[in-house]
Amino acid sequence: MNLLLASSAAALLIAIVLMLIRTLLGPTLYDRVLAVNSFGTMTVLLLGLLGFAMGRPDFLDIALLYSLINFVSTIAILKFFRYRSFQVSLSRRVPAPKEGS
Amino acid sequence: MGYFLGLLCALVVFWYTMSGMNEPLILGLGAVSVIVTMILSWRLKVVDADSSPYGRIIAFLVYWVWLFIEILKANWRVIQACVKADLDINPALVKVKTVCRSDLAKTTFANSITLTPGTVTLAVEGDKLLVHALYEEDAEPGAFDEMDALSARAADGRHK
Amino acid sequence: MLTDAIEMFHLARPWLGGIFCLIGAILTVIGTVGVLRFPDFYTRLHAASITDTAGATALLVGMAFMAPGWVVVAKVAAIWVFLFLTGPTASHAIANAAHVAGLEPLIGRMWRDTETESEEE
Repeated sequence: MNLLLASSAAALLIAIVLMLIRTLLGPTLYDRVLAVNSFGTMTVLLLGLLGFAMGRPDFLDIALLYSLINFVSTIAILKFFRYRSFQVSLSRRVPAPKEGS
Repeated sequence: MGYFLGLLCALVVFWYTMSGMNEPLILGLGAVSVIVTMILSWRLKVVDADSSPYGRIIAFLVYWVWLFIEILKANWRVIQACVKADLDINPALVKVKTVCRSDLAKTTFANSITLTPGTVTLAVEGDKLLVHALYEEDAEPGAFDEMDALSARAADGRHK
Repeated sequence: MLTDAIEMFHLARPWLGGIFCLIGAILTVIGTVGVLRFPDFYTRLHAASITDTAGATALLVGMAFMAPGWVVVAKVAAIWVFLFLTGPTASHAIANAAHVAGLEPLIGRMWRDTETESEEE
């Protein structure tokens, strides 16, 4: 059973290395952002897997946090390269109708 | 106010599930985090009818089960395209018209299309979606009608 | 009879979990190979979504089988829900940014035979 876990962790590591190659090769910025986002998803899965392989499922908390940070960082990178600034409001919010409560 | 009550319940349940401890210190920290989160979401004005559809949770669960089976079916084609020795793909850009009315329904529909491997939503303009598909056969007119109708029913409540 | 079945399930749990984890890892590698092979950005996006959906689901199901208690299963479920909510949003954000920036997709049937390619070389 530990052999199964170790081989799946090794396969995930291979996938991460291949994704790093795409990050370095990527002809456009968007290829690189896509590769980094996918890289983050794999890191989340690898963290959880290593937690189980070492018998410490507490690693799942770190994986959960990393999945959220990964999403926010992707959006932040895209926002920066589109507007060249973080000081732009992303939503043009129309005033919502009053909801009875 | 009801939405904030729902948010409070969700946050308390989430904290307790994640920590699973009953010590006073941990529970106190949890209470502080829940209150800070409530104040932040009130200041950001993100709590409204669209962001917290409590009345539709059952409908969304049913929709997710259907969507999950669709995702598994679509995965198979893309996996075959990835591992085939000869590169054989037929990408296409198509416009899809949707019957979804509210923003929540449109978001659900667009996200479902993106979540299904082989099709990605590029842009949403009014009631038209720009979709990029890996195979042109997957994006013929009418290919998205069932997903469209089901997401409209899950999010808007009535079937057109 | 029922207790026997439950005992069997508990014996089989680690093996089931390991097998599901291996399937998920292999799916992830397949998705990454697709990202490396496909010719343009928009097609790579489709290959990356295998990792986000099938690979992540299989790995997390495997982890849930190996979990020592219900708290860990709840955490795995929370990670799954977050991945399924944020994954398509991030994909759509990247695709929309590329579309707005004017990146043109390749359209039409692409056929690259490995034999003819090796002849060309």
